[in-house]
Amino acid sequence: MKILVCISHVPDTTSKINFTDNDTKFDTNGVQFVINPNDEFGLTRAMWFKEKQGASVDVVNVGGPETEPTLRKALAIGADTAIRVNTPATDGFSVAKQLANVVKDGGYDLVIAGRESIDYNGAMVPGMLASMVDANFVTNCINLEIDGTNAKAVREIDGGKETVSTSLPLVIAGQKGLVEESDLRIPNMRGIMMARKKPLKVVEPTDATSETSTASFEKPAPKGDVKLVDADNIDELVNLLHNEAKVI
Amino acid sequence: MSVLVYTESEQGKFKKAAFEVVSYAKAVADQMGTSVTAVAVNADNAESLGNYGASKVLSIKNDGLSKFNAKKYAAAIEDAAKNEGAKVVVLSSSANSKYLAPLLAVGLDAGYVSNVVEVPSSTSPFTVKRTAFTNKAFANTEINTDVKIVGISNNSFGLVESDGSASVEDFSPSIPDSGVTVESVDKASDKVAIADAEIVVSGGRGLKGPENWGMVEELAEVLGAATACSKPVSDLGWRPHSEHVGQTGKPVAANLYIAIGISGAIQHLAGINASKVKVVINTDPEAPFFKAADYGIVGDAFEVVPKLTEKLKKFKAQNA
Repeated sequence: MKILVCISHVPDTTSKINFTDNDTKFDTNGVQFVINPNDEFGLTRAMWFKEKQGASVDVVNVGGPETEPTLRKALAIGADTAIRVNTPATDGFSVAKQLANVVKDGGYDLVIAGRESIDYNGAMVPGMLASMVDANFVTNCINLEIDGTNAKAVREIDGGKETVSTSLPLVIAGQKGLVEESDLRIPNMRGIMMARKKPLKVVEPTDATSETSTASFEKPAPKGDVKLVDADNIDELVNLLHNEAKVI
Repeated sequence: MSVLVYTESEQGKFKKAAFEVVSYAKAVADQMGTSVTAVAVNADNAESLGNYGASKVLSIKNDGLSKFNAKKYAAAIEDAAKNEGAKVVVLSSSANSKYLAPLLAVGLDAGYVSNVVEVPSSTSPFTVKRTAFTNKAFANTEINTDVKIVGISNNSFGLVESDGSASVEDFSPSIPDSGVTVESVDKASDKVAIADAEIVVSGGRGLKGPENWGMVEELAEVLGAATACSKPVSDLGWRPHSEHVGQTGKPVAANLYIAIGISGAIQHLAGINASKVKVVINTDPEAPFFKAADYGIVGDAFEVVPKLTEKLKKFKAQNA
């Protein structure tokens, strides 16, 4: 089984978010970049398929040279080969188009991506990719088993979960649950040393126009101070929620 | 060239989000000088969408669509959009709508923007405001394609009643085969889902153990709220993953979010920040959540929460 794991290069979850150039660009100054958490769960599940079922695991990112340390980290965790499509990620559609090209070229059976990236939160690339390569697609995936070309997946739905049967070729949009937080792997020294020797292929982009573009960013308006209510005066809280906030 | 809107129902009954997306679609249609056509699948009372601004409802009755299937539903909506010559398609942020949206976008060659929180600030170029960086910021995004898909964030627009009425037409789209088959659904029917909830009551490590969740559930029950939890609580296995809210868990965009014994790590706050009113109950006055909250009580949850539940019960009884 050939697996491709899509890796987004995103600001660490604790990052302060600021913008430059008249609020048109994300300010990367002082920001630590990591593997998108949703992708990391998928990568770890892919490692399991590699170790238990003899799958090969490649990782891919669409982005400039600055994303290579993130791809090296994925190699250090255990991926075999990394691919970087050498073009900035501009919108979900164009990224999906680039990935579709990689998937077709590489003949992958299973593509694992994250439910959404924690920077743009579009939650659209995996589905678009599945449509473009005519693969089956399961999103919000919290469990995945593969047996030959058959797959069983569990998807989180509003208020519960759903078990589906499907088959390869398959695109998964994964999240926590695909593996547990405690199963995530921190690269060890041996992994880091080996990652330096593993291939990181840079491929040139295919033609893809963006369908959307962000004109500007803004930050939420600063919040007023919290109104403290005395623990012995809970009537006051009920009153505020009813008459002031009007939410009950 | 109407605005098309997909309205979700469950066992024939429209979800609240369906009325919200129709209300939003009506506002967009007014900006563009056109009307709203809704698509409903196996729903009863399709004409009720007229109360929120739909002029026409394409009513699909098809046993093959009795269980949600993203590919089949996307194909049905695509067919309807092409039939109507729709230039804008409006969807909700439910798990199912977010599942089908990218498939529909490819099918319609349409640019798609999710998590939209306001009506378009301009229709030429078509510009919408959406959340980004997990609610730490907003992006004003232009959609440059002929057909546009807008996914709106739950509870961001609200319900707006309209005095029009809707004509209902039967619609029979062609439905493709799908390689994904639902085997079983595991859903607590008596519980409010976080995504559908107007109020969410959430507990953190301050509650000390899973045995203490009874008071969270009681408070939620009085308020008709969904229950949720912080990441450590789900990691410790006190509560199921499906209740974990935050940056790597579920996003919450409720009207009221009550955090009990949650300190307010930046990742948690990012996930719940889209909620309109936030209340925090915590023993530690230095907990970061107090900086993000609208109302706060510094106190022991084990004393405060049962009292709050009692007070709310009385309040509900008086205001019923």
